[in-house]
Amino acid sequence: MRVTVNGQPHETAAATLAELLSELNYDGAVVATALNGEFAPKGQRLELAVTENDQIEVIAPMKGG
Amino acid sequence: MSLDLYGTTVQSRLLLGTSLYPSPAIMLESLKASAAEIATVSLRRESGTERAGQAFWSLIKDSGVQVLPNTAGCKTVKEAVTTAQMARELFDTPWVKLEVIGEDDTLQPDVFGLVEAARILCFEGFEVFPYTTEDLVVAEKLLAAGCEVLMPWGAPIGSGRGLNNLYGLRSLRAHFPKVPLVIDAGIGLPSHAAQAMEMGYDAIMLNTAVAKAGDPVAMARAFAAATDAGRTAYEADPMETRDMAAPSTPVAGTPFWNN
Repeated sequence: MRVTVNGQPHETAAATLAELLSELNYDGAVVATALNGEFAPKGQRLELAVTENDQIEVIAPMKGG
Repeated sequence: MSLDLYGTTVQSRLLLGTSLYPSPAIMLESLKASAAEIATVSLRRESGTERAGQAFWSLIKDSGVQVLPNTAGCKTVKEAVTTAQMARELFDTPWVKLEVIGEDDTLQPDVFGLVEAARILCFEGFEVFPYTTEDLVVAEKLLAAGCEVLMPWGAPIGSGRGLNNLYGLRSLRAHFPKVPLVIDAGIGLPSHAAQAMEMGYDAIMLNTAVAKAGDPVAMARAFAAATDAGRTAYEADPMETRDMAAPSTPVAGTPFWNN
């Protein structure tokens, strides 16, 4: 199925947000996530299902003013 | 001289941003030279392969500063609230520098969205530092929403223009004598920072003025000194200004005086 990760299209068979993050090499990284504009807490990634056309944001600490 | 922000006491009244420096090493040196105990950070999209954010986060954690995550770039209430929620998990802090930007050229806050986002986040237990204007009514609404600190702009972000609306900023200070007020944005020179502190503002938040200086580390030191000087001057109760001259040297006994 097709999803969008950080604004880029991505083909995946991942069933959950946790699987998708693993597929995209985020294991061990300090990141926070949002699914379709809603905050997706770390503790819920194993249960959160990924479905066709989902919009996923994966963000990390960055410099800022 | 200490400052209390949501129950956290800091000695430095200078808050520094972490963006735009020539290098990470210079950013760290500048933080140290500024003596800032609070530094702003942001959240950006991370690539699983490049992981740029991971290295940055290691640097900041090792520096020992307390982070104040921002919602920079957010233009809607929804974006700002979701970004704040992600920041709370990522940085493990209830603090958020809430920005809801309403206009691209001036990066001025959308104060309507700001108040709404502040209300939601305060209700969710966040400790909100709202980036606002000097508008008194907006300030009242932010305080009613649960904010305990306000961060009015001096001038548009990154402009270096200093305090654009002295009357408005003086009014804001006078209306809310007990609320910690932090000038955020628009500061270009240490004299701007000193001026705000002399007016009774509680702290200064800046980034570009240090990061884009020819020598950021020296400028960080200059801002630290100016902020301290301004605060000390405020506490020393500056003299009243007057329209006409008043001689400081005694008039009595002036040589050749024949009246």
